[in-house]
Amino acid sequence: MGAQKKGATARVSEDPEELARNPLQAILLADSFATTFRPITLERPKVLLPLVNIPMIDYTLAWLESAGVEEVFVFCCAHSKQVIDYLESSQWSSQPNFSVATIESHNSISAGDALRLIYERNVIHGDFVLISGDTVSNMLLTQALQEHKERKKKDANAIMTMVVKQSKPSPITQQSRLGTDELFMAINPVTKQLLCYEDKAEYSKGFISLDKTLIADNPSIILHNDKQDCYIDICSQEVLSLFTDNFDYQHLRRHFVKGLLVDDIMGYKIFTHEIHSSYAARIDNFRSYDTISKDIIQRWTYPSVPDVLCGSTAIKVERQGTYRASDVTLSRSAHVGSFTFIGQGTKIGNDTKISHSVVGEGCTIGSNVTIEGSYIWNNVTIEDGCQLRHAIVCDGVIMKSGAVLQPGVILSFKVVVGQQFVVPAYSKVSLLQQPTQQDSDEELEYADSTSGTGELQSEKLNGDIAPDLSETASELGTGGVGYIWSVFEGVQDEEWRHSVAPIPTDKLVKLMLDEDEEQLTQDGNVLSASGELKADSDDNGSEDENNEDSRDDYVFFEKEVEATFLRAVHENVKVDHAVLEVNALRLSYNMASVDCAGAIFYSMMKLAVESPHSSASELHKNAAEMITKWQKLLKSFLHDIDEEIEVILKFEEMCLESAKEFAALFPQVLHLLYDKEILQEDAILRWADEKEGADESDKVFLKRSEKFIQWLKEAEEEDDDD
Amino acid sequence: MPDTQALVNDFLNKLKKRKIEGSQATAKQTAELLRSVISQTRVPYTNQAAALIQSVKAVGEGLIAANPVELAVGNVVRRVLHIIREEDLSLTTAAMAGLNLSAVSDDEDDVGGDNQPVLSAAAIAAASRSTLRPPSLQTLLEDVPDSAAVPHTSSSGGDSEGKSKSADKSSRSRKLKHDVIEAVNELIQDINTCHEQIAEQAVENIHQNEVILTLGSSRTVLEFLCAAKEKKRSFRVFVAEGAPRYQGHLLAKELVTRGLQTTLITDSAVFAMISRVNMVIVGAHAVMANGGVIAPVGLNMVALAAQKHAVPFVVLAGSHKLCPLYPHHPEVLLNELRSPSELLDFGEFSDCLDFGSGIGAPLLHVVNPTFDYVPPKLVSLFITDTGGHNPSYIAEIYQLFVTSLRGEDMKFKSEIMKTNCVAGGNLVKS
Repeated sequence: MGAQKKGATARVSEDPEELARNPLQAILLADSFATTFRPITLERPKVLLPLVNIPMIDYTLAWLESAGVEEVFVFCCAHSKQVIDYLESSQWSSQPNFSVATIESHNSISAGDALRLIYERNVIHGDFVLISGDTVSNMLLTQALQEHKERKKKDANAIMTMVVKQSKPSPITQQSRLGTDELFMAINPVTKQLLCYEDKAEYSKGFISLDKTLIADNPSIILHNDKQDCYIDICSQEVLSLFTDNFDYQHLRRHFVKGLLVDDIMGYKIFTHEIHSSYAARIDNFRSYDTISKDIIQRWTYPSVPDVLCGSTAIKVERQGTYRASDVTLSRSAHVGSFTFIGQGTKIGNDTKISHSVVGEGCTIGSNVTIEGSYIWNNVTIEDGCQLRHAIVCDGVIMKSGAVLQPGVILSFKVVVGQQFVVPAYSKVSLLQQPTQQDSDEELEYADSTSGTGELQSEKLNGDIAPDLSETASELGTGGVGYIWSVFEGVQDEEWRHSVAPIPTDKLVKLMLDEDEEQLTQDGNVLSASGELKADSDDNGSEDENNEDSRDDYVFFEKEVEATFLRAVHENVKVDHAVLEVNALRLSYNMASVDCAGAIFYSMMKLAVESPHSSASELHKNAAEMITKWQKLLKSFLHDIDEEIEVILKFEEMCLESAKEFAALFPQVLHLLYDKEILQEDAILRWADEKEGADESDKVFLKRSEKFIQWLKEAEEEDDDD
Repeated sequence: MPDTQALVNDFLNKLKKRKIEGSQATAKQTAELLRSVISQTRVPYTNQAAALIQSVKAVGEGLIAANPVELAVGNVVRRVLHIIREEDLSLTTAAMAGLNLSAVSDDEDDVGGDNQPVLSAAAIAAASRSTLRPPSLQTLLEDVPDSAAVPHTSSSGGDSEGKSKSADKSSRSRKLKHDVIEAVNELIQDINTCHEQIAEQAVENIHQNEVILTLGSSRTVLEFLCAAKEKKRSFRVFVAEGAPRYQGHLLAKELVTRGLQTTLITDSAVFAMISRVNMVIVGAHAVMANGGVIAPVGLNMVALAAQKHAVPFVVLAGSHKLCPLYPHHPEVLLNELRSPSELLDFGEFSDCLDFGSGIGAPLLHVVNPTFDYVPPKLVSLFITDTGGHNPSYIAEIYQLFVTSLRGEDMKFKSEIMKTNCVAGGNLVKS
């Protein structure tokens, strides 16, 4: 109650009368209006799904209670009966100073509808906390609330305070650790006003646009991509009426927040409150389910941790973060690894290994079972020799002996997996058949099919279908019961992003490459195929660093060209195509054609040196072949005499440094280039002239090719004579 | 009177949410709650003690379960249970004596000087320990050095006992409750005044120009040091900051406002500074039956440093912190793992905690235990509200105390465990 008292005194000093009238209220949306947890949510509402063995809504309510909220309105829509029944039987119905009332609806299809309905009920009398029932937090509301109230006093248009938290998105997958898309927020660092809110959908084009008036109005703006939206909002009453006025607002963020930010006719403002040491996160998808479960087990959410929330000694924390209920039957040879939760009444057989997992109550786990990173709910039977990796297994599932769950599998309620059956990665299995019509609009999610009548339907289905399935050998092996849901096209590629399983390394590698390619594309606006080749080049890492130094730039460029050239050689790419690619690189690195010529020549010579040879004459032969074959490529970058001189200089440099073997062959190769009409005699002579004045040490090659130059000069004179 | 059940629930909630800081506050509130539970309990004509014990146990179980790490709750519950048994026994014997040997009672009164109830020959064994007075542990602590000395009085309780020698059944039932409440009042009083009682001994322990080292913050230590200061002792204090909560900063500030010369150091500098220190004085979370101490994290290190340099390591503990359980007792939860965010900023390290890649488990673990265990051999002296004792002595006292609990209250703990499992299971299932 400490927080509450603090909050109360703070408010008393402000306005005692207002406090007397308005206890702090909260609206808890016990419906996510999304389908991310299907097929599980067809049978049970998301807020009642166990998170480390405790229903999600308990975490949210426990937080609200400890944060000093006195009145909570739980809005239930899908499976509303289950939610109401649960709340009535739970501890929350009998708390002093903390009342939980439910508001039921059968036809709300979005958060917007829910708020409109609540507005009609006229139960909110002041500022309120808007939160969804799948949020886990331990932050203190006092400060945020006070800031909100002070702002509201100064400026009546400051109607909402959004809680944000720092969280760096992965540079590779462009998503946060909670599996949500990278989020861009523009915030005024002084006033903390939110100026722009963009999630992935909009900036996928590679840029985000800020209204220039924003920059004119605000002395400074910080653009963040490392903030995570906690989905905890402190709202003033106006928010509800705004929803009612704008009946097309559905989604809290996509419509409401953006609506306010973009169209500022009404002048309403949204502010942010950043939390640092405390925890807040929302379970949005299976990835965040996994992440937040692990955060809870690692106690980031303290005091919202299983041993405290259960409020009894039934669960004890042991070394290495193992949580174990007191009456677990554990075989002596079973190995329970670190960061694992084992619920009450669970039996675990010989030589079974469990790590980084949650096992619920009343489960029976046989011998030689391997469970890794999985979430097993209550009363699950797993027979001998099964293997589970990064899977979610709901209540009442039976896995026959030897069954295997590959990463990312979801087994919904009471599914039976047949003997030795391997459930492929990322499959979702349910007793219910997949709804044939999939709503493309994310807003109209499970609410429509399951609210009210949906529930009855599902119960009926349960009764009817299960026996049918068991007779015919089902999709889940002999004796298996359940349907494997097919994945919709387009979503398939993205399945791994939001799954419980960690992202496979091959995906990461692929993404990394794609990203490099993308970078090139963005830089030069021309697609380059060279990206694939970069897998084995060592400069991937340094690539990301600043390319400011033009010398570095040239080195990278040279490597790129070399890679392109090698590919052209090995894959017999047509010369025209190779020219195109090199040109693309030239543009993307902002190089001149002089550099291209140098780089290509360098690549050719390098390849010649690297191809097997035993003597100088063979090397000469190699070089000749190479030059003959690729002269066209080289020529296309030799537009004038300067570029030709560059080639000679480059060659000279190579002979001195990287390819000393050529040193002896310098005049011969020079001759060869002359013969192939790659170098004009003017270029060679100019080079010779330039070198005339240089140091002795620089003249080594000039001297060696003296004869050739002499010959050239003579020939010229002869021409002149003619 | 407010509804007891509501009070209990409210207190349970606070315990569960870890909203009560410090064992003194917890102990006091527990005792007050139990007092109201006792006063609200309807006592039948026969076997009143059993009824009281029943209701206190029922509440106590819940309280202990709500925060098993806060051992003070269990200590107070056990003490209250003990009070009830002792009062009951004293009344029974008084009644028997009243019926049979009234003459003896007069003698006893003269000897005892205040409140000794009359003792029958049958109850001599119990009486000889002058047991029949709450709080028993304190009695023991005081009686062992001088069994003849009569501990400070529970005069009100004594008076009432004196008046009601007639062993009328109906008055007895009222009287039992009354006596128990009186005794619990006294317990609360003791808990309230334990700081002052400990602080009274400050002058004997802190000498002129000494350097005292402490870690973190403890109210007992603060009062102790200030008491010495008030008695015109001049000394210096080194305060180790007590990571990760840095309560040492607060203590340093407080000491400075009271005019003490204070030096703040990091925890890791303790060993470097210990050679200049004359005495280490720290508070404790609980004192176990073997004389070991459960104390804020970091103290074991300080104790080792002190031992290395032969610096006395003094632990201040109110008697409500004395716990009759052994640290290796399987039911004792010795530690509380708090949020890792006290150590580092989650946002800063969020990329180290990404489970999306690799093996699906973070490579970075952050562990933040609250308590340390200091074995008895590292403790030089305990200063309780009844005086200074050394660890082996404390262990002895416990032996006596444990036998005086007659097993029943000791079993209490394990009974609780069983019932809790059931209760906890129901809670989770619902």
